[in-house]
Amino acid sequence: MPDLGLNVLFKGKNLARLLGGLGVALKISLLSVVISIVLGIVVGLLMTWKNPISRALMRCYLEIVRIMPQMVLLFLVYFGTTRIFGWNLSGETSSVIVFSFWGAAEMGDLVRGALISIPRHQYESAAALGLSGGQTYRYIVLPQTVRRLIPLSMNLITRMIKTTSLVLMIGVVEVLKVSQQIIEANRMSSPNAAFGVYLTVFALYFFACWPISLLAGFLEKRWR
Amino acid sequence: MAEKEMTELKKGAPLLVVDHLTKRFADLTVLDGISLTVHEGEVIVIVGPSGCGKSTLLRCLNALEDIQGGEILLHGERISQNNKNLTELRQRVGMVFQSYELFPHLNVLDNILLAPTRVQKRKREEVKEEAMALLARIGLESKAESFPRQLSGGQKQRVAIIRALCMHPEVMLFDEVTAALDPEMVREVLDVILELANQGKTMLIVTHEMQFARAIADRVIFLNEGGICEEGPPEEFFDHPKTERAKQFLQTFTFSRKRS
Repeated sequence: MPDLGLNVLFKGKNLARLLGGLGVALKISLLSVVISIVLGIVVGLLMTWKNPISRALMRCYLEIVRIMPQMVLLFLVYFGTTRIFGWNLSGETSSVIVFSFWGAAEMGDLVRGALISIPRHQYESAAALGLSGGQTYRYIVLPQTVRRLIPLSMNLITRMIKTTSLVLMIGVVEVLKVSQQIIEANRMSSPNAAFGVYLTVFALYFFACWPISLLAGFLEKRWR
Repeated sequence: MAEKEMTELKKGAPLLVVDHLTKRFADLTVLDGISLTVHEGEVIVIVGPSGCGKSTLLRCLNALEDIQGGEILLHGERISQNNKNLTELRQRVGMVFQSYELFPHLNVLDNILLAPTRVQKRKREEVKEEAMALLARIGLESKAESFPRQLSGGQKQRVAIIRALCMHPEVMLFDEVTAALDPEMVREVLDVILELANQGKTMLIVTHEMQFARAIADRVIFLNEGGICEEGPPEEFFDHPKTERAKQFLQTFTFSRKRS
């Protein structure tokens, strides 16, 4: 069996460092997810408004986010704002800003989709029972929207976690950066470490995202 | 005319008055100055070719549609989308839809209890007792905890009727409630409506079931191209329709084949 270079993981605090890196990645994605959900609900509501200006603005926002590579956004916020506005944003803050900017747009689109998927008749049958607009949202529309939204947003959350691997480009020491450091440091003693360490990173991402996928599947089945 | 007054005499006081109701969708006039008085305890069946405005008429009576002319009065109070009291008025007008429209995230009991407890602020226990009694009446008490997706179409529609009844409406509107059902489920739903008629419930029913219309109606209204083309007691309308249009319409329900 060839040397997979797994032994470097047990040198010093390497494994703990990797897990710490994963922690940084999860922290960035978790913060971004929470902000995205809150802002995404607002964006989604604006997208379903009858006002054409708010709809057009939200449409543009969503298109920009979809077209622009996240990496470019990261560079723009991290390097660009320092030059233009003199802001000294940390890598982590820049990442959270970019991921929230991205997540709010995508979450907004999911919220919009969930809202318009509630049939018009549901509103009507609530109205026919004498429910006010507020009551209709509270007891009929929102519970159904959330049920449709959660499995969909799980997908977005796992995508966010995976995309945090980009933030090493603006100097955030997350799991991928740590693994590069470990590989570099052991280049001479275990040249095969690249395989073993990246394999471990792969496994770490997998175990971070898998439970979320499972939860999504479970909720989808339960709420149908 | 004398006959019409007779049928009105049999019934109670006017409950719902529709006066020159006009409804337009953009340039299309769907209802063209309809006038109609519904008396307490009266069962009115509205029939007519598709697109004649039957469903729209019912939807206007509940202010689910805005109207462009005329007015609708429930005990003298105006039903319109601008009325601040609209939610209170809607509680007094029960409506059952063609596609049931139960709330899919709530079980049968919660579907029924939602409006009485949240809108009318009645005690849950009290409404529950009433709901369970009604469910038992239609043989669905064992389904109280089931979700709508676990029920057949006929069961869903019967639950929808009970959901509307639990608000104690003064008048019930049925909008083609059996149109989406398999033939063998139509009966169980119509039986529930028949029982309500026997209890003296005031009802407006839009239906394509002519046998049922004939059996249940105190008065049949034949709607054509947005206007009342003909109205009268069911025997008269079905056996001796006066207008050519009504004759034509009724003929679409009879079949015959030339045999040599």
